[in-house]
Amino acid sequence: MTTVERAAAASSAVGTPVLEVRDLSVTFTTEGGTVSAVDRVSLDLASGEIVGMVGESGCGKSVTAMSIAGLLPDSARISGSVRLEGTELVGARESVLRRVRGKEIAYIFQEPMTSLNPVLTVGRQIGEVLQVHERMSRRAARARAVELLSLVGIPSAAKRVDNYPHQLSGGMRQRVMIAMAVACGPKVLVADEPTTALDVTVQAGILQVLRDLRDRLGTTILVITHDLGVIADIADRVVVMYAGRVVERAQVTDLFAHPYHRYTAGLLAASPTPGKHAGTERLQEIPGLVPVLSTQPDACTFADRCPAADEQCLDSAPPLEVVRTGSAVPVTDHLAACWHPCPTPRTQPQETTA
Amino acid sequence: MTVLTVPMAEASPASISRRARVLRRLRRNPLAVVSFVVLALAAVVALLSPWIAPYSVQQTDFAHTFSPPGTPGHVLGTDDLGRDVLSRIMLGARASLQVALLAVATSLIIGVPLGLAAGYFRAWDAVLSRFTDLLLAFPFLIMAVGLAAIRGASLTNAAVAIGIAQIPGVIRVVRSDTLRLKSLDFVAAAVVDGASDLWVLARHILPNATSVILVQATVAIPAAILGEAVLSFLGLGIQPPAPSLGTMLATAQQFAARAPWAAVLPGVVIMGLALAFNVFGDALRDALDPKGDR
Amino acid sequence: MARYLVTRAWHSALTLLLSTVVVFLGVRALPGDPALALAGEDRSPEALEAIRHHYGLDQPLPLQFAQYVERIVQGDFGVSIRTGIPVSSMLTTALPVTVELSVLAILLATALGVGAGVLAAVRRGRPAEWLANGLALVGLSVPHFWLGLLAILYLSVAAGLFPASGFVPLLQDPVGNLHHIVLPAVILGTGLAAIIMRQTRSAMLDALSSDHVRTAKAKGLRPRAVITRHALRNSLIVVVTIVGLQLGGLISGAVVTEQIFGLPGFGKMTIDAVFQRDYPVIQAVVLLTATAYIVINFLVDLLYSVIDPRIRVTGDPA
Repeated sequence: MTTVERAAAASSAVGTPVLEVRDLSVTFTTEGGTVSAVDRVSLDLASGEIVGMVGESGCGKSVTAMSIAGLLPDSARISGSVRLEGTELVGARESVLRRVRGKEIAYIFQEPMTSLNPVLTVGRQIGEVLQVHERMSRRAARARAVELLSLVGIPSAAKRVDNYPHQLSGGMRQRVMIAMAVACGPKVLVADEPTTALDVTVQAGILQVLRDLRDRLGTTILVITHDLGVIADIADRVVVMYAGRVVERAQVTDLFAHPYHRYTAGLLAASPTPGKHAGTERLQEIPGLVPVLSTQPDACTFADRCPAADEQCLDSAPPLEVVRTGSAVPVTDHLAACWHPCPTPRTQPQETTA
Repeated sequence: MTVLTVPMAEASPASISRRARVLRRLRRNPLAVVSFVVLALAAVVALLSPWIAPYSVQQTDFAHTFSPPGTPGHVLGTDDLGRDVLSRIMLGARASLQVALLAVATSLIIGVPLGLAAGYFRAWDAVLSRFTDLLLAFPFLIMAVGLAAIRGASLTNAAVAIGIAQIPGVIRVVRSDTLRLKSLDFVAAAVVDGASDLWVLARHILPNATSVILVQATVAIPAAILGEAVLSFLGLGIQPPAPSLGTMLATAQQFAARAPWAAVLPGVVIMGLALAFNVFGDALRDALDPKGDR
Repeated sequence: MARYLVTRAWHSALTLLLSTVVVFLGVRALPGDPALALAGEDRSPEALEAIRHHYGLDQPLPLQFAQYVERIVQGDFGVSIRTGIPVSSMLTTALPVTVELSVLAILLATALGVGAGVLAAVRRGRPAEWLANGLALVGLSVPHFWLGLLAILYLSVAAGLFPASGFVPLLQDPVGNLHHIVLPAVILGTGLAAIIMRQTRSAMLDALSSDHVRTAKAKGLRPRAVITRHALRNSLIVVVTIVGLQLGGLISGAVVTEQIFGLPGFGKMTIDAVFQRDYPVIQAVVLLTATAYIVINFLVDLLYSVIDPRIRVTGDPA
């Protein structure tokens, strides 16, 4: 058993995993050659938990999300394994995937503006899922659509059900997307930047809806975002991705308190924290851009932007390991892939208490 | 879905590197190369046809009418008056291209300034869109019928009728590209710097709109070639005895029972020319499409 | 939506008025005395005087125009110089042929063009797409009157599959009518089919890569449902526009097609009139074409609002 697998097993001990992702890699063939978008990503989603996946744009979050239910275009090459309650989805037949999509694994996308069909009423678009997966009649599906709309907090749902997307506000449309996604009571809900295109006030409402769904229906939710604020608000656990790889994974409070990977630290430093930056200190940006890789090098892909990089970082890729805090009791669900992690302030307080 | 974000150094809009990239893409597309070679050959033949045609197009030979293709001395045979078909096809193609270029030039000379004005000046837009509505209401053949009725049928009138009918298309594409360019930063910057409207249109918008104008022209030329053929076929275009592919087909229809082969070649030449332009136009549009960049 | 319709109706009415002015002035732009042109054979001073008086040529232009409009509104398009038959009665016999030919051509072209366009988009990069693209390019480049000539030579004369020319009215003999008109309709429809195919293909490619189609896939819909309900329906807006815009080309094509197949429609009437300098007929034909184009495009605008709820509700075209 490799370190990675051991670590993954350890974290999955929390609850029974609904979704197990193992060594998922995705490459694209384009006019300009191949592009490696996701590199050996492993991830478990336990039943009823909300996991946040964070990183800059282009780091492979969305591709990972889309590959879970086989939604990537034909130009994508996928390897590794995605298991939904034991059923392998990578390489599964299209008919199998069709039964999973919308029923077991549902999606919410970033742009509620364009993600809904402009020429169909929202009731029809919600009802469609029920007609396909639950074999409901059009009428029954419409009635259920009204219930779902009120479930996600849309006022006068009986009227709204016959509206077209352009008649609704952005926040309303996103609620419609959520209603559509949860129509068949999916086990896993993948929310790809669910609040990015929305106003802050609307954003809070949407996150509340997602939280309610988890609490009431026990839905497992994977939230993909570049916004650490969203993560802090809603997630139980966090996965940090960089250039197609998972670089750090931890409980949300743990990660915010003690970022271990240099990239995570950079992300946190680039996000405002109440009180801390007021006055002299300014937010720090991470210089440079996420690289586009044609092949995955045996090196730390963050090295060229990292303040602590040295020879070792360029020579070999750091493995994703349980972080060594120096404490007697290791924190088994905090993993990172970094040769020169941030100095952990955790050591001091833990040593004094130990 | 943004799968990939590629850090790309965006070149200035009308830079030389962009032109080089478009040319490189065209060279790599076999269809573009083939159609270009066909067009270049056609252009050479059309230009030189008065000198390289084996016979004079008016030279009749009543002893040898309707000789089939392959007749010694007349590779493609002779027509109802014993005139050499090859020579007439060469000069007919020349006339086709002449009318097409004249028509497209007419539509561009009138359409481009109007399209720029419609896109750039709000006040002009409403008036010009009524104007294009009006033009569209007269299909090119009806326009040609009207012109022929008023001014008589001729090559020039056919070209003018086709050209006028193509103006709305030119206005439409130039207008929408002007609207797009107007909203870009470099145009806004020029305006802020105090450049006059005419200066902005001439220096910033027109040069960047050339690619859509070029694409529009490659679509319009084959349409004009077909239009000329139709008008000449009906007797509304080039007047006999001047050679024209359309009139050759009209003659062929008359004598279809005696010489059915006569209907084949002129049609093939018209189609070949139009096809070459259409194929090249498609390739050009693909090469210019920024979505295909990288 | 009311605002949208009112604007559209107003624009159409304005265009109609302007085209009437153009047609009216067209005859006045004839070289020489319009009375001479309108008189035809009989050019005695008395006849010319009568014509001047009948058409009000001795009146000021605006008044002449008003009288002209008044006459056409009453269905009086004048009398053919050559035949002496009222132009309106010539139109009543010729128009049904042209309308039938055009409608059939549009139906065939739409069916073929939309089908091939969808196929090409769905089978992107496969032989089916290349074939459809190639055929569309040829359809766009072939002079269809030439195709008609070849069809008459090889399908009608040589193979005897279709009548080479002539026409039977629809009500008199529906089967014979179809037999006469189907080949011309196919020929007339080729160009339009090619244009519709290319537009459908590119609209479908756009639609298939759109976010809402991704949503539809993520819902677990079958490919057929994704294509028809979520991609094609949105692409139809483009197709409807194209049919409206290409109507002018279709009318032009109908004139030639009728000429080749000897159909006694309005195209043949037009061409004969040009060569006989039958000005009242030409005037009527030009005005009628413009009117047909304007009215049908207004109907297309109405159709938009049925297909696209964004227009239906807010009145703003997408």
